[in-house]
Order: sequence, then C-alpha cells, then structure tokens
Amino acid sequence: MYLNSIFADPDRTARLIDIAQSSLEPLLKGAIFYTIPLTLITFVCGIILAVLTALARISHIKLLQMIARIYVSAIRGTPLLVQLFILFYGLPTVGITLDPWPSAIIGFSLNIGAYASEIIRASILSIPKGQWEAGYSIGMSYRQALTRIVLPQATRVSIPPLSNTFISLVKDTSLASLILVTEMFRRAQEIATTNYEFLLLYTEAALIYWVICFLLSLVQGRLEMRFDRYVSR
Amino acid sequence: MISIKGLTKSFDSLEVLKGIDLEVGKGKVVVVIGPSGSGKTTFLRCVNILETPTDGKISIGEQEIDFSRKVSSRQISSFRRLTGMVFQSYNLFPHMTAIENVMEGPVTVKKEAKQKAAEKAEYFLSKVGLADKMKHYPFQLSGGQQQRVGIARALAMEPQVMLFDEPTSALDPELVGEVLKVMKDLATEGMTMMVVTHEMRFAEEAADEVIFMADGLIIERGKPEEIFSQPKAERTRQFLRLIQ
Repeated sequence: MYLNSIFADPDRTARLIDIAQSSLEPLLKGAIFYTIPLTLITFVCGIILAVLTALARISHIKLLQMIARIYVSAIRGTPLLVQLFILFYGLPTVGITLDPWPSAIIGFSLNIGAYASEIIRASILSIPKGQWEAGYSIGMSYRQALTRIVLPQATRVSIPPLSNTFISLVKDTSLASLILVTEMFRRAQEIATTNYEFLLLYTEAALIYWVICFLLSLVQGRLEMRFDRYVSR
Repeated sequence: MISIKGLTKSFDSLEVLKGIDLEVGKGKVVVVIGPSGSGKTTFLRCVNILETPTDGKISIGEQEIDFSRKVSSRQISSFRRLTGMVFQSYNLFPHMTAIENVMEGPVTVKKEAKQKAAEKAEYFLSKVGLADKMKHYPFQLSGGQQQRVGIARALAMEPQVMLFDEPTSALDPELVGEVLKVMKDLATEGMTMMVVTHEMRFAEEAADEVIFMADGLIIERGKPEEIFSQPKAERTRQFLRLIQ
C-alpha cells in the first residue's frame, strides 16, 4: 500500500525525497554531535569503571569484592531506561538536579561499567597463572605484572565481547532521547512529528545507526588482526 | 650461599613440606629428585617465594627472610630478585618477542635504559644460542628454543642463584639436549643452581650434590655417584629402580 502510494504519485515521491534529503543534515548532526560523542565518552568512562570493578572482584579484599558484586548485580538487574529515569526524573525529588547530558553520561557509563567488568574479569582470569608467576619471578610487583603482562594479553581476549558491548551502546544511546538529549533519534522524532512521515524518518535513523555499527565492526576486525600477530593460527 | 632452615609449607590441612634444611655453597649445583607429590616443586617455588612458606628461614647471600613473622610484599620482591626461575611450561610472555621477553625485567623492574637492556638481552640470547631468533614471538619458536629464552630472561636479572623447575619435562625428547647443554654451560661457569629434574644423566654429569625427596622431607643426600650407585635409604633404592 505504502510503496504503491509512493510510486503511483510522482508529487508524493518528490516530497519524500525532499524530506529525506533535508532531514539528513539534522540527523547526521545529531549523530556527530550527540550520538557518537555520547558513545565514546561513556565507553571510555565505562571501561575505566569496568577495569576497576573487575580488579575489585578478583582482589582478596572482601569489602571490595562485595561492593563490586552489588554494583554489577544492581545495574544488570534493572532496565537501562529505568536507571536513566531515576537519574533524570527521580533525583530532583531529593534535590539533585542533573541536566540531560550529564544524566546520560552517568547512566550509560554505570551501565557499561557493570557489563564490561564481567568481560574484563573473565579475560583476566583466562590468562594462565604462570604468566603472573613469570612476572613475579623476574621481580615484578602486582601492579607491574598486571599492566605489563596480564592486561595486554587480556585486552586481546576481550576485544570481540567488548566490541559487542560497544555496538550495543551505540544503539542504546537512542534511549537518551527519553531524557531529552537531542541525539539522532530524538531529532528524527521531532522532524517526524512536523511532517508525519514516521516510516521514512525512523528508517533513515535506523540506516544511519547501521552504517555507524558497520564501520565499527570493520574497526573491530582491524584491532583483532593487530592483536593476533603474536598467536599462531 | 643459600641456607634454608626448618622450611615447612601447608596447603590448608595438607602438609607438603615437613621441615627442610639445606645449605648450598656458592657455585654449587644441587639436583633435587623424587617421586611426584614428594614436594620437590613446592620446595623450589618456596625458594622463589611463589609459594609463601608456612614457617622457616631462607637466606641467600646477605639477605634473610624469616617466615615465622609477617613478610611484606616489598621484602618478597627484593628477595625474589636474588633468584632466577625457569618454569616447566616456559611461561614466556606471548605478546613479546624473544628479545622483549629478556629485556622486560631489566627495563620494568630495574628501570634500566632500553638501549642498555637490549644490548644485555642480545648478549644473553646469544649465550643460549638464539642470536638469530631475537625478533621471533614465542609461538614461532620450538619448545627447546622457548625454554632457552626462558633461561636468558632469568639470567638477564643477574640473579645470584638459578632455580629450574623440571625445565625439560614438557619438551620433546630430541629437544631436551639443547636445554641441558645450556644448563651445563651455566654450571661450568660457576652459577649456583638448584634443579628439580627427572634427567638423571644431567644429575650424574653436572650435579655437585643430589637430594632425594619424598613425602615432604629430604630422605637422602650425597654426591651423584653415591646416590645413584649406593643409595642408603630403602625409599631411594625403590625410586631409582622404578625410573631405570
């Protein structure tokens, strides 16, 4: 029906092409100035948080282990959207008012921190104990063995699962539209409410997400190749 | 050089080392033999403090650690630098080339300049016969070559004592010789060595003293020719019959 109506009516076709073209710029701006920076910033913050959480989980200090466990459990056990709503709409009730942008950065970072910490923990544990021992045997401290020997190898192991997390994050940033961050999907919604071409605008947004994720998977491939140079195939 | 007194080690309720006393003179080669489960590997790992002994004292040169008191991690690190460890499964760093493996300790731990560390690494790799493999990653090397890099890596820290934990047990038979040759050369040069091994030929040819361990104790010790031809303890005779 829809396709029929497009091709049967040349005026409508022209109008759709016009809208697609004129909306491309605001959507791309949303992607370049909001979606992509939000993804990059929260991924970096999230990974730092994740490494610290993973180290807390494998440490011998019971209190640290417990804090890390509770954090991971709480974040993984509640929906991301609910977490964002608590930060943005809930906290003002107790006098903490955050703007949309900081709310989104905090919310997504906490989320990535919890999920990625499990990946990083598993990657660290996958490195044989003999590697730590070899480091210690040449006089290294815990920190030196961790940063020079174990983490570089764990990084290689964690690239495929972390790429998954990263790609999910790109798409999850669309949830920020619901706490008023004017990222790409929110712009698509805004434009669609003025011209009622919902299918066109949402499909356009979907395609841009797809392109971004496709480019990321290419980067992942390159990274994997780089890190595989020291393993036999 | 090395003096070990009353060394014990328990894992939970299991007592693996039941009180070991041993003196090793400077430049001496001590070979530790014994059945599996005798505690010989744990013993060696205690000297490198990869396992923290439950009780006892170890001194190497001037430095002493008393395990009846609490030992700080700094104390352990500085003590470990006196010994170099060679592992059964090599444990090379797979993400580093041979020369990077050897340079890692001097650069990261001793904070030596890269240039100087690289020259030293080249020297030690040539010494173990791997001058032409310096840029190779561990996966590109045979087991025997990897183990020789492992020896060079330990030597680069210029330890006073070298510890070998079954260095040839993971190797194909035809690769054992090249590793043993490097070890013999080291012994000839006067390196103090403690070697846990099943290579009785090596023990006969290179050891100053052979120690037979069983059930967490030193059962018998003596010159290789004494232990191998006239063992005194029944336990030693039994073991030697089984492996010959």
